[in-house]
Amino acid sequence: MSEADPGPSEEDDPERLYVITRGRSGPNGETMLDLVTLIVSRSDPTPALQPEHADILRICGSPLSVAEVSAYLRLPVSVVTVLLADLLTQELIEARACVPQAILPDRALLEAVIHGLQKL
Amino acid sequence: MDFRSSEPVVGPSSADLLPASAAMAVKVVIVGGFGVGKTTLVGSVSEIRPLTTEETMTQAGAGVDDLAGVERKTSTTVAMDFGRISISDELVLYVFGTPGQERFWFLWNGLFEGALGAVVLVDTRRLEVSFEVIGRLEDRGVPFVVAANTFPQSPSYPTEELRAALDLPPEVPIVTCDARTRESSRDVLMALMRYLYDLSAQPVP
Repeated sequence: MSEADPGPSEEDDPERLYVITRGRSGPNGETMLDLVTLIVSRSDPTPALQPEHADILRICGSPLSVAEVSAYLRLPVSVVTVLLADLLTQELIEARACVPQAILPDRALLEAVIHGLQKL
Repeated sequence: MDFRSSEPVVGPSSADLLPASAAMAVKVVIVGGFGVGKTTLVGSVSEIRPLTTEETMTQAGAGVDDLAGVERKTSTTVAMDFGRISISDELVLYVFGTPGQERFWFLWNGLFEGALGAVVLVDTRRLEVSFEVIGRLEDRGVPFVVAANTFPQSPSYPTEELRAALDLPPEVPIVTCDARTRESSRDVLMALMRYLYDLSAQPVP
C-alpha cells in the first residue's frame, strides 16, 4: 500500500461546512466526544431532519466511532462533532464514552487489549 | 479525500459492522514521517479496510507554514488514515496514523487526548524526521515505543545504536518490524501494550 502525502492541499469549501453546522464551530457545553466515542442511533431518521443528521442516524444502526462517522460522511471531524452534539441533545443517538482519561490506562484494560491482539 | 459531493452517504458494509454490544473504544496513534509506512501498518492490522478522516487546519496552523497557495484559503484539511481491531465483543481498538511534521501538530490535540499511547514509526534511512516527534511526545507525556520499519535498502542498526542516534531513554522499547505483515505490525502494538502495562505497575510520581 502506498502512502501519499496527505499534506494540506485540499480544495476546501468552508462556506458549505459553515452552512451544515449553521455557523457553529464546536460543540457547546459538556458534550465530550472523542474520535473513538462510539455512536449508536436511538431512532430512525425522519424527513424533518437535516440530511446530514439523517445520514448519521442511518449509518449508526450498529456502533460506529466518531472517526468512522466522519469518514463515511466525508466531513471533517470538527463538523461531525457539531452534528453529533445536536443529535445527542435531541436524544436521537447514544454516545458510548471512551475510557476516561487517566494518567495511565487501567491494567485490566491493557490485559484485555494484549489478550485480544494475541488472537489476531 | 474528495470533498463531500451530493452522492448518498454509504455506511459500513455488513462485514464491517461492530456488534451491538461494543461499549468502549480505545485508540493508539502511529506517528512518523511521510512514506515511513504508517498507512501500511494500519492496513496490516486493521480488520476493516482502512478509512480516512480529515480535520480542518485552523487559521493559526495555516500561518506557520510557507506552502504556496495556503495563504489564500481560510481553512485547509489534512487526512488521517485509521483502522480498527475488535478486541472483544465489548472493546474496540482504533489505530490512527498521523504525519509527524510540525505543521500537522494541530491534529494532535484530539488525537492524543485519551490515547493509550503511541508508536513512533521510523525509517532508519531518514531518522531526522523522528527527532521532533519524539521530543513532542515527551513534552506531552505520551508513552511511546519506537518501531523501525525495515525497508529492503534500510541499513540495519543494532537497537542500542538506534537508541543513541534518537537519544532515547533506556526504558523506551525499540522494535524492528515489517509493516507489510500483520504479525509484525501486531507485535509492534503488543510491544506498546506491554510497555504501558509495565508503566502502570510503577507508582505514579
